[in-house]
Amino acid sequence: MTVRSLTRTPAAPSLTVADVEALSKHNNEPQWLRERRLAAWELYEALPMPSTNDEAWRRTDYRRIKWREAGRLIMPVGRAPLGVIPAHHYAPLLGDRQGGLVAHVDASVATAELDPALAAQGVIFTDLNTAVQQHPELVEQYLMTTAVRPEDGKFAALHGALWTHGVFLYVPPGVAVELPLHSVFYAASSGLTLGHILIVLDRGAQVTYMHEYGSPTLEEQSAFVGATELIVGEDARLQYVALQHWGRNMYEFSHQRTRVQRNGTIDWVIGSMGGKLFKVFMEVDLDGEGSTGRMSGLYFADKDQMMDHDTQQNHNAPHTTSDLLFKGALMDNARSVWQGMIYVDPVAQKTDGFQANRNLMLSRTCRADSIPGLEIKADDVRCTHAATLSQLDEEPIFYLMSRGIPRREAEKLAVDGFFGPIMERIPFAGVRERLQESIDAKLLGQADQ
Amino acid sequence: MVAALEIRNLHASVEGTPILKGVNLTIKQGETHALMGPNGSGKSTLANVLMGNPAYTVDSGQVIFDGVDLLELEPDARSRLGLFMAFQYPVAIPGVTLANFLRSAINARRRDVDPADKGISIPEFRRLLMDKMNYLEISPDFASRYLNDGFSGGEKKRAEILQMAVLQPKIAILDETDSGLDIDALRIVAGGVNRLVGPDLGVLVITHYKRILDYIRPQYIHIMMDGRIVESGGPELADQLEAEGYKPIFEKYGIVPTEE
Repeated sequence: MTVRSLTRTPAAPSLTVADVEALSKHNNEPQWLRERRLAAWELYEALPMPSTNDEAWRRTDYRRIKWREAGRLIMPVGRAPLGVIPAHHYAPLLGDRQGGLVAHVDASVATAELDPALAAQGVIFTDLNTAVQQHPELVEQYLMTTAVRPEDGKFAALHGALWTHGVFLYVPPGVAVELPLHSVFYAASSGLTLGHILIVLDRGAQVTYMHEYGSPTLEEQSAFVGATELIVGEDARLQYVALQHWGRNMYEFSHQRTRVQRNGTIDWVIGSMGGKLFKVFMEVDLDGEGSTGRMSGLYFADKDQMMDHDTQQNHNAPHTTSDLLFKGALMDNARSVWQGMIYVDPVAQKTDGFQANRNLMLSRTCRADSIPGLEIKADDVRCTHAATLSQLDEEPIFYLMSRGIPRREAEKLAVDGFFGPIMERIPFAGVRERLQESIDAKLLGQADQ
Repeated sequence: MVAALEIRNLHASVEGTPILKGVNLTIKQGETHALMGPNGSGKSTLANVLMGNPAYTVDSGQVIFDGVDLLELEPDARSRLGLFMAFQYPVAIPGVTLANFLRSAINARRRDVDPADKGISIPEFRRLLMDKMNYLEISPDFASRYLNDGFSGGEKKRAEILQMAVLQPKIAILDETDSGLDIDALRIVAGGVNRLVGPDLGVLVITHYKRILDYIRPQYIHIMMDGRIVESGGPELADQLEAEGYKPIFEKYGIVPTEE
């Protein structure tokens, strides 16, 4: 019966505790970290693979993944050549300047550099393995303890046990980093990598940060199991932009979470363009009174891509403000899921929560699921949400064409217009241009068919 | 050679309802015509059909523009041939700035002539735009605002004339450009049009009211009723309308006025 095959639990990659031991040994990790990995592994083993029987995974079926390709764990192997990464991924963000760059090829460090002036101010920006060795007290305090935790899910547990590489940023109290910081995870080989981003802003610190995920489209499948942790201290301000441009044979399963203390601000922007299938959990926790979180998302799925963003805005304290806007375009047979929840704790009076998801359907065979949700336990709050699915209107297309602009270009302008409000939240012109180019390339792909 | 827009026995409908019932009209470069008529007589339909709005269906008839069969062409090709319509209700395009939009429109024209054209240079474009904005009394910061998004009625109409000034058409149709304008805005818009009028531009001003014709002085006046042009004449026809209203014409042609 069909139902049986649909509800069958997906297969797991063939990894064992020996892989965890080997990785920890290879990295020469301290005892606390080895134990943390092993504890996460136990959790991982105790949890079933998520399936379409689970509410969060109901619309996202990843059973086509070939773990014998995508599940081959890629270990760090010393220094990797930066030249493997296309230069646009790590090019300076502001003219010819950026405050620092940490880039990985697969699980290996290609470069880790930081403006000496920032280092002198106490800023730490390096790869996670180096941070474990040089700043164990900070890493031990924050690594998968408050934001993403192994118990958050099967893939979070897998990540906790087997994270292969990562970036660590610490900004000391009161330090405002003027030049943006930049990191890259580039998956050059087919197989499994598990990249971690850990950003800690101490009280009153400020930074603008750009992370890029990329890979070529390979013959074989790959998988990325990621975790992103953004810790924003009191009065601190983090502007965090992540652009995902995986090759077409990449599966991604990630947990991303920010925790914001009193009067702190997170401005979080993501662009999702690549991959074959991904499910990303994104969570904002407004823990301190007066904290603010803005989440902006842009996604464009074509061909047979499946993009799943699962967002959560947690108001855990009074006078907190969250604002979420996710805009997606879909064409060909692509699918997307956006599932968003605003949670308001009983103590979180005078909060203001907003979420909106807008989808532009550019083909008859694409599909978008948009599921907003509110769970409000306080009584003096303002929470609103909106979800829309629409097609390009003929009226603006005619208007643009009446000025001599050909139909294809008129449609492109209308799509640009649709994404404009998210695009303008990305503070780097070069990144905006690249994103624009990949949007245009997808639209032109439509025209070729 | 002087380009002409020749409309021959044009019939058109919206969702199966006939609106245009045999329109004949010829407009040449250098001429200014006004098309007047009550609500629902088909004036705006004529403008939209000429521009190629897909919401309207042409049932029969011909439109020849500069020797080309216009009805065979998509709206963008009609525009690049030199036809322009100022919209009665300009469409807001959030996310696309006025400057970007106009640059795309200019570049589409240049690429039509030479597919290898690299497009207008930014300084050249800025000079062009600032010059036109200046005399239409449009503040320079409009260039970076989203097209028609949050524009007032008067701003939208001025932006339409700005587009006309930048695109330099051979024949321009102004579809009720005067509607919703106060007297100052009307003066600016009409002044902008008058600056463009000359031997290279033919204009068809569509209006309910004589008011705009005090600023833009047409040589020819046409009156449309029930999908046809029933009277044509010189400026005196507008004065006659102003004095007597449409009633005598309704009576003359036995037309029952339709409410819209």
